[in-house]
Amino acid sequence: MSDDALNAFRAEVRTWLEENCPQEMRDGASGEDAIVWGGRNWTFKSEAQKLWLERMADKGWTVPTWPVEYGGAGMDRAHHKILLDEMRKMGARVPLQSFGIWMLGPALLAFGTHEQKLQYLPPIARGEVRWCQGYSEPGAGSDLASVQTKAESDGDHYVVNGQKIWTSYADKADCIFALVRTDRDAPKHLGITFLLIDMETPGVSTKPIRLISGKSPFCETFFDDVRVPKANVVGTENRGWDVAKHLLTHEREMISGGGQGLLGGRPLGAVLNEQDGGLTDPVLRAEAMACEIDALAVALTLERYKDQAESGGGVGDASAMLKYAGTELNKRRHELMMSAGGADALMWDGKHDGLAADWLRTKANSIEGGTSEVMLSIISRRVLGLPA
Amino acid sequence: MSTLLLTEDETMLQDAARGFLDGAAPVSHFRKLRDAGQTHDAKLWAEMAQMGWTGVLVPEDAGGSDMGHAAAGVLAGELGKTLVTSPFISTAVIAATALRQVATDRARDALAAIADGSVIYGLAVDEGAKHDPDATQLEAKADGNGFRLSGTKGFVVDGSNADRLLVLAKTDAGLTLFDLPADREGITRTGQNMVDARDAAQVTFDNVQATGDDVLGSVDDAMTVLKPALEAGQAALSAEMLGLSAGAFAMTVGYLKERKQFGVEIGRFQALQHRAAHLWSETEITLSAVRHAGRKLDEDPNNATLAVSLAKARATQTAKLAVIEGVQMHGGIGMTDDFDMGFFMKRARVATEWLGDYGYHAAKVAAARGF
Repeated sequence: MSDDALNAFRAEVRTWLEENCPQEMRDGASGEDAIVWGGRNWTFKSEAQKLWLERMADKGWTVPTWPVEYGGAGMDRAHHKILLDEMRKMGARVPLQSFGIWMLGPALLAFGTHEQKLQYLPPIARGEVRWCQGYSEPGAGSDLASVQTKAESDGDHYVVNGQKIWTSYADKADCIFALVRTDRDAPKHLGITFLLIDMETPGVSTKPIRLISGKSPFCETFFDDVRVPKANVVGTENRGWDVAKHLLTHEREMISGGGQGLLGGRPLGAVLNEQDGGLTDPVLRAEAMACEIDALAVALTLERYKDQAESGGGVGDASAMLKYAGTELNKRRHELMMSAGGADALMWDGKHDGLAADWLRTKANSIEGGTSEVMLSIISRRVLGLPA
Repeated sequence: MSTLLLTEDETMLQDAARGFLDGAAPVSHFRKLRDAGQTHDAKLWAEMAQMGWTGVLVPEDAGGSDMGHAAAGVLAGELGKTLVTSPFISTAVIAATALRQVATDRARDALAAIADGSVIYGLAVDEGAKHDPDATQLEAKADGNGFRLSGTKGFVVDGSNADRLLVLAKTDAGLTLFDLPADREGITRTGQNMVDARDAAQVTFDNVQATGDDVLGSVDDAMTVLKPALEAGQAALSAEMLGLSAGAFAMTVGYLKERKQFGVEIGRFQALQHRAAHLWSETEITLSAVRHAGRKLDEDPNNATLAVSLAKARATQTAKLAVIEGVQMHGGIGMTDDFDMGFFMKRARVATEWLGDYGYHAAKVAAARGF
């Protein structure tokens, strides 16, 4: 692709955004209130939010890199980068975010049949169906492959019984992609199937879990004789672990900050200056400088891995490193922000509205999607080749 | 900006360099030099010139290969892996970059001499225990049409072996950079007995005469020439330190796989596995910063300060961790002089201080990031 063609595309994108992005959607907001998750029961906060999503979805720009026939725009990375660039310059909000976009979509693109892609991807792209992830169980946290929720064959259906935990926003989701055990006798990685289940099916129920942040983004999800068509299997029966692993790679990149890009975020120095009136405490200042250095280097590593993926090199198990480094960094950053805020940051609301809840939320970063310790074990075994 | 991956040319350069150095200058070669009390291998330097390495930053019309800073980083990294002792950074990176800022015939001749390996340069900037060009006290007093230099420089890397010295001096209204023959009357060089067994010297200037021709760039304006040179050196040194970290780490991981205690390889112990995995992560992250610094110097050299300081800051921390863990995970043998790990530790310490330590570069990053 020549620079001329890319420049022409940039101009085209800019014009389109200028003409189509509603003024209210240009404030760069990314907080909880600004997020559109979509779904059957979704209520838009404003008419502008709805319009923005519809216009972007019509262009395929809610999932720009997906093929056009599945609701995307078929962009390569160079074009995608330009779109994100122009949106950031304008302060345009992300029109739609969801686990369907981040996780299920990429898994379906890699493992789904053409029919499954046609059935499930366009509604994700348009924000019409909201998905949640059914992985962890009370007895299967870091040791994810020991899932016990069972799916027993009954004609062209499975009958699912069991319990999932830490299912993000299960109480608000329309559907769940879940790991279920279909063969109890096989070695634990080989008896798992990746199954799509509609949450409206009789026998599915959810219960939110209240967290230390006071919020309840996670649920317990129960399956009691839930009948699911066998056509809802992604990939092959008993080979769901392959799908799960692929998907976990995307999840790790997402949690590590891949979506937002640490470089694009506000410099920690500027944030802390506002809180501390000039960042005068030398100890805090030194820690913040160190954190900033590491954050910039991690952001560059994310860039380098994207370059590598783009060139066909693949990143593979190195994504475990990004997940480990990115989440530990995010925890450090929020500790520093709390520290700079001092007593003013100790209230749930007020001057640093939401900071305390965010700080507490970051503690889950190094647990969800595989703990930091699991990431280190993955690196140790698969990258360094140390004996198990 | 190009990607943070190596280009095809850079990959070929890396492979060729590794192949050559594994034969000509493995760590055992450094040990021989150290044992013989030598800090320079003229034959190796000549071979490096022949392969175009000393001319990596020299324009083609001056006989160089002009491959750029990213390529210089590739070479420095490979040199670092086996602790190759050479004046590569002082001469081929720092002096070459300084000379390139000046469009004189003299500078062009000097660049040609760097490319053909016939000159070694040393950089005489620091006077105190910490890198701080702004604290320069060495004076160059106006004297007729020229100058008289008096003062003392320390930690002049490659200072004993150098044929020429780049000397930073205080002049009437600022700082001035001089390019002087190392044997000019009034210059006394005393080798410093360094922990890394490499060349560094204390250099005293006793009323040393200099002319306007000896000034590199403009009087009272050293930084136009010196800043890019320092940044080039800092980037290359970061690459060397990353290479050093990788060299030490490869030894350590190898040892984890073969050393048995309690009846099993010690690499089976999760306490060590996780530390090794963390160390690898740090190395990976620093690699990105090092590559980025090289690219930035090649493509946007006037705005490379943040990228360079980021690389040097990360490289110092990563190298420190790599050598400390290297010794600790090797246990007792890591403490012995017969074993190579100590060489890595000592070189890492010296490279950390040269051209600015973590604090120096962290402050530059902080300034660029709104602190």
